[in-house]
Amino acid sequence: MSADASEAIISATNVTRVLAGTVPVTLVKDINLDIGHGEFVAITGPSGSGKSSLLYLLGLLDVPSEGEVRINGRHTAEMDAEARAHLRLATLGFVFQFHFLLPEFSALDNIIIPMRRLGKRSRGEMEARGLELLEALGMGDQARKRPDQLSGGQRQRVAVARALANDPPVILADEPTGSLDSRSTEQVFTILRDIVERDGRTVVAVTHDTDLADRMHRRVHLIDGRIDSDTATKQKPARRRDRNKPSQ
Amino acid sequence: MLSLIADIALTHIAGRGRQTIVSILGVALGVGFSIAMAALMQGSQDEFVTSLIDAMPHVQITDEYRDPPRQPADAVFDVAAYSNLRPREDTRGILNATEAMAALRAFVPGTAVASLKVQAVVRTGGAETGMSLTGTDPLREAAVSSIGQDMVKGRLEDLRASPFGIIVGDRLAEKLAVDQGDTLVISSTGAITRRFKIVGLFHTGVTSQDNGLGLINLKAAQIIAGRPNAVNEIRVRLTDAQAAREVATQVERLIGYKSVSWQEANESLLEAFFIRNIIMFTVVGAILLVAGFGIFNIVSIITHEKARDIAILKSLGFAERDVRRIFLSEGLVMGLAGSGLGWLLGFTLTRILGSVKFELQQATELTHLPVTYDLRHYAIAASFAIVAAATAGYLPARKAARLNPVDIIRGAT
Repeated sequence: MSADASEAIISATNVTRVLAGTVPVTLVKDINLDIGHGEFVAITGPSGSGKSSLLYLLGLLDVPSEGEVRINGRHTAEMDAEARAHLRLATLGFVFQFHFLLPEFSALDNIIIPMRRLGKRSRGEMEARGLELLEALGMGDQARKRPDQLSGGQRQRVAVARALANDPPVILADEPTGSLDSRSTEQVFTILRDIVERDGRTVVAVTHDTDLADRMHRRVHLIDGRIDSDTATKQKPARRRDRNKPSQ
Repeated sequence: MLSLIADIALTHIAGRGRQTIVSILGVALGVGFSIAMAALMQGSQDEFVTSLIDAMPHVQITDEYRDPPRQPADAVFDVAAYSNLRPREDTRGILNATEAMAALRAFVPGTAVASLKVQAVVRTGGAETGMSLTGTDPLREAAVSSIGQDMVKGRLEDLRASPFGIIVGDRLAEKLAVDQGDTLVISSTGAITRRFKIVGLFHTGVTSQDNGLGLINLKAAQIIAGRPNAVNEIRVRLTDAQAAREVATQVERLIGYKSVSWQEANESLLEAFFIRNIIMFTVVGAILLVAGFGIFNIVSIITHEKARDIAILKSLGFAERDVRRIFLSEGLVMGLAGSGLGWLLGFTLTRILGSVKFELQQATELTHLPVTYDLRHYAIAASFAIVAAATAGYLPARKAARLNPVDIIRGAT
């Protein structure tokens, strides 16, 4: 059920990650996974099955002990930390269970930080884009508030906006709704789905919520660090190819 | 990019307001005190050297040679042994003094005075005391020594009016129970005796001079020594005292006699100053090192506190270098702020020290603490502080940059 290797945006080949130590711990083992443009993938599995570890490996936050992760066809094994950081900056957006916003900066400033790091836009353009993103997530009026003045769901939406700041083709989410109530969960899920279905981006989300996973397009189930099943869900829509249309 | 790093660094610092201020104050105190201390040390040294330069000739040429004269055989043979050598009857003194003086006046920027020093015995009543006489040109003497300013009674110029006049130290006069207007009977070692009339008294503060020096006319000295036209010392006062070393070397090469600059004459004293400066810089360095620990401390605390932020910045695509820069600039900001504040503090302290007045028992002119304002002190103190701050920031910054974001994110979830 994996996408064609040539068009895979994320491709893992024989990826194994072992934590060194007196008793080495294998987090994931022999993962082969291709994720294509515009896919909406859930990674599920019981606690400790290596869901998050796999996500960090796919997102270049962690480095495989064996095997390789390719992003957009680019080999990352030979890259140094700096090159990986730069690739992450422009290509991958992260959303975590906890919002992880910088507490001293306003919602808008938090969104602008990755843009400033990339440095491709003028200050005015960054602000405009930040506001636009917040607006699209229904947070337009909260731009100047600091994270501690926002509710959990609002913070998570700001975090999603930040992940989208540099217009990356891929969003990686680690239990994005894990600490939200059902209403906020629904909001965030809708946003993630829109990112895929409207913008044509790729979203890979780790979740233990099977209901949610079933509403995505593809479900990769892990057990003990190995892929147990990789199935399309009933939600799978027609593949979209309009990734390149202007996004917001 | 840099402005982003600065923004993040400043928010971190602002979040730790009180500790930051304490750290900055630590640096400021270090910089301030070291500047004030340097101003005082340098000031007293300058004052001392100035009074030294004022009191003594800048270059002193005597009728001696630095190296003993070589025997003619030495020039021809590698090894030569001599026996039964007898020194030539040599009346000491600078030969061709007039020519030497003319040569000096031609190329040395300053004043040169030729004088003759004579050992003598003075008698009054039953008392008999040894003293040294300096025969000089009373008009020029004021240019090469400060004795003209140390006159207690009479004036240096009064010597000109009385060919056999003498100016003596006040302690000698006291010892001999004489005063201005009295007559002294003075005999040279060559058994020539003359009567000298006291035209003035001086007090230099240097006991050996006040106790045993007499100033007479050069002619009178030559008469009492029985050596007409003889000169055994030339003292030079330069317009630029700092050039004394070069002038002395030049003069010695030119006329062959031993020429000593004031620096050479006070070598050990200047060395002592050098050592004093080393001690000063060590103490200052220690103060700033302690200030550096304060910065190290706070930057370490911030890196611990902000571990989450570091993780998130790295997950957003910040490289290790970016994270390092953030914390390094936090240290630098504290170093810079501390230096600026320290300059202000140092300047103020120097002003206060310089305005402190005190009265000494002996009425000398030192009523203020001598201080100097030297931009180099400010530059040295600040650069030392900034280097210390940068190091103190760099160590925790390096550690923070190496942090693995996955560890933090896992810990938080």
